[in-house]
Amino acid sequence: MNIVVCVKYVPDATAEQRFESDNTVDRGAVDGLLSELDEYAVEQALQLKEAAGDDSTVTALTVGPEKAVDAVRKALQMGADQGVHVQDDEIAGSDAVATSLVLAKAVEKIGQPDIVMCGMASTDGAMSVVPAMLAERLGLPQVTLGSRIERKENQLAVQRDGDTATEVVIGTMPLVASVTDQSGEARYPSFKGIMAAKKKPLETYSLGDLGVDAGEVGLSAAWTAVEETAARPPRTAGEIVKDEDGSGATALAEFLASKKFI
Amino acid sequence: MSEVLVLVDHVDGAVRKPTLELLAIAKRIGSPSAVFIGGADKADAVAESVKGYGAEKVYVVDDAEIKGYLVAPKAEALQQIADQASPAAILIPSSAEGKEIAGRLAIKLESGLITDAVDVQVEDGAPVTTQSIFAGSYTAKAKVTKGTPIITVKPNSAAPEEGAGAGTVEKVSVTISDAAKTAKIAASNPRAATGRPELTEAAIVVSGGRGTGGDFSEVEGLADALGAAVGASRAAVDSGWKPHAFQIGQTGKVVSPQLYVAAGISGAIQHRAGMQTSKTIVAVNKDEEAPIFELVDFGVVGDLHTVLPAVTAEVEKRKG
Ligand SMILES: Cc1cc2nc3c(=O)[nH]c(=O)nc-3n(C[C@H](O)[C@H](O)[C@H](O)COP(=O)(O)OP(=O)(O)OC[C@H]3O[C@@H](n4cnc5c(N)ncnc54)[C@H](O)[C@@H]3O)c2cc1C
Ligand SMILES: Nc1ncnc2c1ncn2[C@@H]1O[C@H](COP(=O)(O)O)[C@@H](O)[C@H]1O
Repeated sequence: MNIVVCVKYVPDATAEQRFESDNTVDRGAVDGLLSELDEYAVEQALQLKEAAGDDSTVTALTVGPEKAVDAVRKALQMGADQGVHVQDDEIAGSDAVATSLVLAKAVEKIGQPDIVMCGMASTDGAMSVVPAMLAERLGLPQVTLGSRIERKENQLAVQRDGDTATEVVIGTMPLVASVTDQSGEARYPSFKGIMAAKKKPLETYSLGDLGVDAGEVGLSAAWTAVEETAARPPRTAGEIVKDEDGSGATALAEFLASKKFI
Repeated sequence: MSEVLVLVDHVDGAVRKPTLELLAIAKRIGSPSAVFIGGADKADAVAESVKGYGAEKVYVVDDAEIKGYLVAPKAEALQQIADQASPAAILIPSSAEGKEIAGRLAIKLESGLITDAVDVQVEDGAPVTTQSIFAGSYTAKAKVTKGTPIITVKPNSAAPEEGAGAGTVEKVSVTISDAAKTAKIAASNPRAATGRPELTEAAIVVSGGRGTGGDFSEVEGLADALGAAVGASRAAVDSGWKPHAFQIGQTGKVVSPQLYVAAGISGAIQHRAGMQTSKTIVAVNKDEEAPIFELVDFGVVGDLHTVLPAVTAEVEKRKG
């Protein structure tokens, strides 16, 4: 079984975000890392491989700037077998449509895998659309947003906790899957894993290698345009009271009444 | 006037509130056409309810042959309707499924997609969206520059507007490819009703975190006194105190109510991402250094186990 796991390099969520003058995220400003939500995808990919107990391979794939290779390295340290980094200056500023195109072409070049595994959302963009777009582009079944995942021979069943119902969705491989942060704690790289990762194969593709035209990606090819970004005005400092012998409750009730919530 | 397609969000033909909000937004852009993909026997009832909120047309797609499959058939159906109607925009509720449908549709129609809009206005005849990004710390205005604008809109982004539309029902027969019928819904268990308002639609949300110590009765008591929905932090969900459907935050639900009450929640960035845009924020926390206090309009430093029941009693008393 071949599994490709799509991992994104994202700015650290706890750091302050900034924009460039062209309204794209200033990716140089803050340190980046493998999106925490994609660690869950790596974990599930590794568990599927381990359960298969055969010579299955897990390939970590990222599309992003030079530093994005760190996301692939982390996946290799966790236990992925090989890595692919698609890097090309033209890709900068790509939207989900273009990103999914590059990912789809890279998946095809790696060789049609049995499972393309994704996270539930990028922690920076949080659109949650790339896995569905990948399924659309690759013409594969989409079994996404699984909080639990189970393989039965050539099928994958995921539990999907929707707004109004919990569903079990089944697809036959090859397919595109994604998993949520409910799917199970991701492992930490062990010392052995970190050492081993240094010797694992890591390839870099350019757009040319994938046969993608530069005109199809990047900021200028995006099908949407951000016109303006603005920091939300800081919330005006609220009133904070210390509760002493029930005084806090009375003051809070008073506040709620003054705002007509009671 | 050009049509604006609105994908109807419904449970077994019961139209959910975000649909009515989308119809109000659609009116700003053009002539609202609801797209109902569901049981043919529910079509009249659905048409009746969306008509009351301005739908001029109601496209009905009988889902008998596709309801057992995830997402892909709905995107194909919408594509076929869009090809025929050449709409000015396509509006879809920003649920997990809604965004996936929108993503596939964007590729099919070679059209730009904007997700999670919190407002849509019209400038120079084209929709301009507002999104709240980076855990709500920034807003961005954007528009679609290619094809038919496809926009997913968050709940509570507009007030539903009553007002009769023609509500002309048009049955459409779509051809769904075999390729779209490959992710099979093998089982579906509807979520049990809580008897409280829907989390994403509620005007008031009272949430509990690790500080509850696992006993949510005080949080629920205040929620019921205020007519509110109940939410939870991930710490509370991970501890098994509440199901994941209650989780507020980056990987849970994003809410934007009139009033948000956080009890025993520290205010981590991932939690903020789900509640930062609430109009009024109140916190009860025994640690005066808790970051949640940076956000509040009113905060009480105290033990939630004494403060919440006392507030609940006070609210009940004032309600009379
Ligand atoms: C990728 C990722 C995604 C995440 N997604 C989410 C998400 O969607 N939603 C989410 O909530 N979190 C999310 N988290 C987790 C988040 O980082 C925090 O760990 C979590 O929000 C903490 O929950 P908490 O505030 O309930 O617990 P804590 O941080 O432990 O805070 C408990 C608070 O309760 C107070 N307290 C204790 N006892 C009392 C008492 N008797 N009375 C009053 N106050 C009391 C304490 O002072 C403390 O401030 C995510 C994390 C990651 C890495
Ligand atoms: N640049 C990227 N490189 C690799 N994988 C990505 C990239 N962008 C998105 N993904 C994958 O798609 C998932 C959803 O991303 P998004 O639609 O951007 O929220 C992520 O969790 C990743 O698995």
